[in-house]
Amino acid sequence: MIAELGHMALILAFGVAIVQTIVPFIGAQKGWSGWMAIAAPAATLQFLLVGAAFAALTYAFVVSDFSLRVVVLNSHSAKPMLYKVSGVWGNHEGSMMLWVLIVTLFGAMAAWFGSGLPPRLKANVLSVQSAIGVAFLAFILFTSNPFLRVAQPPFDGQDLNPLLQDPGLAFHPPFLYLGYVGLSMAFSFAVAALIEGRVDAAWARWVRPWTLAAWVFLTVGIALGSWWAYYELGWGGFWFWDPVENASFMPWLFAAALLHSAIVVEKREALKSWTILLAILAFGFSLIGTFLVRSGVITSVHAFANDPERGVFILMILAVFTGGALTLFAARAGTMEAKGVFAMVSRESALVFNNILLAVSSIVVFIGTIWPLVAEMFFDRKLSVGAPFFEAAFTPFMVALALLLPVGAMLPWKRAKLGRVVKPLVPAAILAVAVFLLVWAIQSQRTILGPVGFLLGAWLVAGAATDLWSRLGRGALSNRFGRLARLPRADWGRVVAHTGLGVVFMGISGLMAWQVEDIRVARSAEPFDVAGYEVMIREVREERGPNYLSTVADIEVSRNGRDLAVLQPEKRVYPVQAMPTTEAAILNGFWRDIYVVIGDAQSDGGYAVRTFIKPFANWIWAGAIIMALGGLLSLSDRRYRVAAGASRQMRSTGVPAE
Amino acid sequence: MKRLLFLLAFIATPAFAVNPDEVLDDPALEARAREISAGLRCVVCRGENIDESNASIARDLRLLVRERLVAGDSNEEVTEFVVERYGEYVLMKPNTSGANLLLWLAGPALFVAAAFGALVYLRGRSTAKEPGETGLSAEERARIAELTGKSGE
Repeated sequence: MIAELGHMALILAFGVAIVQTIVPFIGAQKGWSGWMAIAAPAATLQFLLVGAAFAALTYAFVVSDFSLRVVVLNSHSAKPMLYKVSGVWGNHEGSMMLWVLIVTLFGAMAAWFGSGLPPRLKANVLSVQSAIGVAFLAFILFTSNPFLRVAQPPFDGQDLNPLLQDPGLAFHPPFLYLGYVGLSMAFSFAVAALIEGRVDAAWARWVRPWTLAAWVFLTVGIALGSWWAYYELGWGGFWFWDPVENASFMPWLFAAALLHSAIVVEKREALKSWTILLAILAFGFSLIGTFLVRSGVITSVHAFANDPERGVFILMILAVFTGGALTLFAARAGTMEAKGVFAMVSRESALVFNNILLAVSSIVVFIGTIWPLVAEMFFDRKLSVGAPFFEAAFTPFMVALALLLPVGAMLPWKRAKLGRVVKPLVPAAILAVAVFLLVWAIQSQRTILGPVGFLLGAWLVAGAATDLWSRLGRGALSNRFGRLARLPRADWGRVVAHTGLGVVFMGISGLMAWQVEDIRVARSAEPFDVAGYEVMIREVREERGPNYLSTVADIEVSRNGRDLAVLQPEKRVYPVQAMPTTEAAILNGFWRDIYVVIGDAQSDGGYAVRTFIKPFANWIWAGAIIMALGGLLSLSDRRYRVAAGASRQMRSTGVPAE
Repeated sequence: MKRLLFLLAFIATPAFAVNPDEVLDDPALEARAREISAGLRCVVCRGENIDESNASIARDLRLLVRERLVAGDSNEEVTEFVVERYGEYVLMKPNTSGANLLLWLAGPALFVAAAFGALVYLRGRSTAKEPGETGLSAEERARIAELTGKSGE
């Protein structure tokens, strides 16, 4: 019964979405305010209806209603409650429900908080947003209905893929989708602006918070996924350049470019058509990601293996929205008159290069991701494009980005003298080189990767600190510190986010350059040495979890006779899915992680043990979180809190924000 | 419980990729084996290299790589040996032959083109006329001129 109500709510939402697409759009063209005014209540209603459908589906998972097909295929009565709930989006149908829920949530939020928007723009935005809703609701209703019943309900379900039964992964998809779909707002604003043929600072002030929010969510989502891969897959890899990972990384790069170029539109009314194009591409790449994951065109570790019919449907959505928007762009981009004038050396030009590096690197990732497909279709070659390609082809752009960033962030608008900007950065540069030399001297392996990564990381962090310092103006120290608290949040956001990027650089290069690995057969109570740490199996025993069986080892780790921890790596088997998983045990540390995996019992009574020392591993995710924090700080800047689009009075308060 | 334990024994598979019995005694040779393995794809897996995979074919390939190394092959010879038997599909890093040049050159070419376009744009911006202190567009100024009957500038 509840499932049927959910299904009904979804169909009603589809109807409301169609109305919301057509009526406000016509209203905006004809200038009929009554027709335009329908958009806001329709957006709220659409959200409530999809919310009801989503709640109905969640209820079915929570009570283990095995008369629903998705529940049978993806749940089990013995599964812990957290994973019953996360199982809702741990499958194709449910994850599309989450996707649509977020599309309608963002639409409703634009309706709720958009009272300051010009009515025509608002009507157009909500209409475009609702068109996206129509497309995906149709996709769910016609190809992936989660409310299908089975004729003979089984006694129990087939369980969720054990790899997905994990707290890190339970929250990974919601964050990612908030990010992907958040970009749909930027897209809707871009298309609405193209329809009206008008882009100004107020428009950019509206688009930027949505992009920033989407980017923050994507950052957290990607970091969660990477962290999960690190501790769950059993050998501590954090990024695989897998098609599905790339699918989330491409929109992230575009969103990063977009949120920088939107600043230029907001502050200087330049780069307008480019910003519109970026907004279209950012969401376009979100759709491409959805297509790659769900069509089965490119196989991947975590693609939902799916039938071509769905792939064709998503390809159509992709073609209609991206193709339509790009056609509109081609027709209207010429009308966007740039106003800002600026010199070759200026913050504007630095942001142009930021955009080029981010956009080109994203397209490199895209080409690498689809190349196996292209090569097979057009050149009859079956080949692979893996991590080594991406490391070689993508990294140079990031190195260039890191080198330019601290200088670009400190350039003034309009016109700059390079010498005056570079001078305060000299200490940061000296510090970075000193870090390089120090790291070079103390590393035991002779790699260039570690020292260079630390050089760039230190340059970014010290550059951000210099940036902050320069914001405090001149005068006595006490005055300067007094100004610290009064700096606009946007300034804090920029400094914190750039610091986070530096931390990520150090984490990635440190981990990749200096990881130590040890594989051996170890017996109980026979200690062995791994890079100065003493590791010993104390005991291995069998245990039983709620829906799995487990081999657990107690492994002591000590250094110089001092006990550090008893780690308990596990090897689990989930009988329902007949699937083994490794649960690595990790001793987290600031400088290094100690990562232990237990393997099979050997014939001589020992166990295979794999031990890693992973230097700076946590810096990767800490850096990502710092970046996201920077985004949040920027998002809470006063100019977004006061009614957006309001007059730009605070520009006169001296220090220009951002 | 007994039945479950039986099940456990039945479906248990190696928990991780490189097993201790595969590791070569000579650390230098083993390091080279690792380096080569990272560039070879497990042909039945989804985008994993043979070092990361628990599939049995990956294990066979790892053993093959080590066999060739012990026999005295150079890194390139080992890779070539595997590619000859399994095709270029096993290479994680595609070579630069033929159409693959497009893949490798796409990034740099795009960057050069974009940088060139940006420079042209920036030149245009830096020599463009300021719209005036008031920020009025050309049309608006023309309109003012029309209304006031004077020239706008």
